[in-house]
Amino acid sequence: MNTQTLPATETLRTTVRQRLEEFLPAQAIIADEESQRPFECDGLTLYAELPLLVASPANQLQVQQVLEVCHELSVPIVARGSGTGLCAGAMPHPEGVLLNLSKMNKILEIDPLARTARVQPGVTNLAISQAAQQYGLYYAPDPSSQIACSIGGNVAENSGGVHCLKYGLTVHNILSLQLLTVEGKALTVGSSGLDCPGLDLLALMVGSEGLLAVVTEITVKLLPTPEVAQLIVAGFASVEQAGNAVSQVVGAGIIPAGLEMMDALAVQAAEDFVNAGYPRDAAAVLLCEVDGTLQEVDAHIARVSQLFTEAGATSLRVSRDEADRELLWKGRKNAFPAVGRLAPDYYCMDGTIPRGQIAFVLNEISRMAAECGLRVANVFHAGDGNLHPLILFDASVPEDIHKAEALGGKILELSVQVGGCITGEHGVGLEKLRQMPSQFSEQELLQLEEIKAAFDPGLTLNPGKGIPILKRCQEYRALPARHNHHRGQDL
Amino acid sequence: MTDRNDELVAAVALAVEQNTALAICGGNSKAHMLGRDLDDETVGELHLSTHTGIVDYHPTELVITARAGTPLRDIKHLLAKEGQMLAFEPPDFDGRATLGGTLACNMSGPARPWQGSCRDMVLGVQLINGRAELLNFGGQVMKNVAGYDVSRLQAGALGTLGVLTQVSLKVLPMLERHITLSYEMNATAAIELMNRRSAIAKPLSGACWTNGLLYLRLSGDNSAVTHTARQWGGDEVARGTEFWRSLREFTHPFFTTPEPLWRFSLCPTAPTHQSTKNLFIDWGGAQRWLRGTVDRAALENEAEQVGGHVSLFRGGDRSQEVKHPLSPVHREFHQRLKHAFDPQGIFNPGRLYSWM
Repeated sequence: MNTQTLPATETLRTTVRQRLEEFLPAQAIIADEESQRPFECDGLTLYAELPLLVASPANQLQVQQVLEVCHELSVPIVARGSGTGLCAGAMPHPEGVLLNLSKMNKILEIDPLARTARVQPGVTNLAISQAAQQYGLYYAPDPSSQIACSIGGNVAENSGGVHCLKYGLTVHNILSLQLLTVEGKALTVGSSGLDCPGLDLLALMVGSEGLLAVVTEITVKLLPTPEVAQLIVAGFASVEQAGNAVSQVVGAGIIPAGLEMMDALAVQAAEDFVNAGYPRDAAAVLLCEVDGTLQEVDAHIARVSQLFTEAGATSLRVSRDEADRELLWKGRKNAFPAVGRLAPDYYCMDGTIPRGQIAFVLNEISRMAAECGLRVANVFHAGDGNLHPLILFDASVPEDIHKAEALGGKILELSVQVGGCITGEHGVGLEKLRQMPSQFSEQELLQLEEIKAAFDPGLTLNPGKGIPILKRCQEYRALPARHNHHRGQDL
Repeated sequence: MTDRNDELVAAVALAVEQNTALAICGGNSKAHMLGRDLDDETVGELHLSTHTGIVDYHPTELVITARAGTPLRDIKHLLAKEGQMLAFEPPDFDGRATLGGTLACNMSGPARPWQGSCRDMVLGVQLINGRAELLNFGGQVMKNVAGYDVSRLQAGALGTLGVLTQVSLKVLPMLERHITLSYEMNATAAIELMNRRSAIAKPLSGACWTNGLLYLRLSGDNSAVTHTARQWGGDEVARGTEFWRSLREFTHPFFTTPEPLWRFSLCPTAPTHQSTKNLFIDWGGAQRWLRGTVDRAALENEAEQVGGHVSLFRGGDRSQEVKHPLSPVHREFHQRLKHAFDPQGIFNPGRLYSWM
């Protein structure tokens, strides 16, 4: 930490500050430790660091000027939206500028006929849907943090949510981006149409975790709001039965708008927290939402109910109206904070696995957790195989932290072993760098590194995140020595 | 069912060693389309058409993995047996189209605006880069954000970044019912109606205009499709499936003349090109075809005015640039990225742009 900074760091801080003051107002630069504190971490509070400076530009020109100064001085830049990320992707660099884009929070234009919204990166995910609502449109990807997370952050992480199987990830719902390169050059990727000339740089930028460029404007695709949506909540006596029911639904040719699973511990925690009406005695609960026209939803609700019953559901409840649907979702959407009440801290993992491996992987997680004496609650985007095991621990006990970290690593490696990946939607950031070699060979990591170098040869954009830099032998950090005990932001 | 990865890697390694360029060929179904023609005399050919076979397919996982030379038609047949499909409606080109070529060209049919593109459905690729290394990116699961999205970057790259050897795609259940409706109207009115109907949640899966007629296709659950068709009126087209297939396969009479064929990719609400005689509007307004020998600069200007782009899709002089010109910054990053994958410029040199 920076409580005792080196004289060289202080000199650099003064130099950068003076240069930024040439075009940024005083209140847009934060240099003192106390005011920087809220920016020291993202939603993964285990990793924290204070930056050299926090710069909060209000427009694209100011972002460009900050980038130019940093490029000239070879100072690292870490872009940050709302700081709700879960992989320490927005953790500051101690020798770098934290580029806080949350002031760039304007919705610039909504075109209801073309079904697009042009927005600045600091706009929250939910604000886009709220602004589009008057036209009967919405922005589909809905991460659980949608009330707070920024669309710029969503682009950086290729965020998902509970509706991905049917409506796709961020990459499927973005039409174009205005970017600034590390040198401060403006670049528009994508187009007003559905593709672009040349290479698909838009696909490359989405999910690049702030390592390739800084996003200053985003045009998103809006979808018409479905006529109706209904949710079925079903309890099962075993995880195997619930897992089997998921495959039955998909195999029957139904693509639900959302298909979520919670295990017993997560269900009980959610019930204690919001009392949504889930079956407390179930070993696993499935939430299956279908949407579409009235006729379609009626047909699918009947079919899913039948499939769940055949798969051995011990309870079945269909939402009666919108208020009831929202209540039933409330348990799932508040599952993270609900589980957070069970222990001083929790550590959220994010592997994706083939659906057919659900029961095996959940049982393995239980076994591995028992071995190290920790409890794990499982919340799971079952429709697309994205696991969120929540490892409960106490960060004030150093041994517990190491156990949680080791268990998390094992879960991710297990995900790769069964044919999946280490991160479905939260990103690699700083947190999962150590697991990257379990998913990628050295040659593959070197290829990723070459892509990084093509856009950022000096490696100053969000350095030390996303991909391990092998060639330059840079070291990444394990869990830092200092730990914060405050709770992660709304997930 | 043959795995030729070893031979392909060896062929690339030899090309690297001898510093000779390679033209990557699948089923040759899209030769003289999309990209520029290569100078055949200085380029050797690397054939993928015998590198075939389904590697993995579990219907309940909604994913299929196959070698790049596998004919698309074989994949479609296999999926159909399980009641599944490639939702982006790629053309078969008489059975010659391969999986790898379809991704390299990002070929997507009339359903693209509603059901996604080839690029949208890619989950993972295996490729040989310009260092003769066999690499895997992405995977066989729906969500995977580890590393950069190298898989989707291959869509439309026309093989300039590597030799695709294997592709994993998301597949979807076939839709139960399709109805095609037609309406007599001019292009301007059709663009307006296509967009208005796209903005409400109905099972629309195709919207095109040609020769004074707007065609709308509804696809999905039987009750939803029939109910919407009743609400929307219009004339039901008897051979709707064949009509949309003719668009997908470029066998519709509009596409069978030898004239140069230009492709606009635009904001779907963009005003129509001034002459509609040789115009075909598809993708709910977002893809427009223009036939004939025209002033290229004027077309480029027209596309740029609405934030879109235009390319010479087929015919014309393919020794010149065929894709929309890029800005100097774009060009610089294209060259840097090309170098990151293919430092010696071995793969399909000049296919996408003369300078890369």
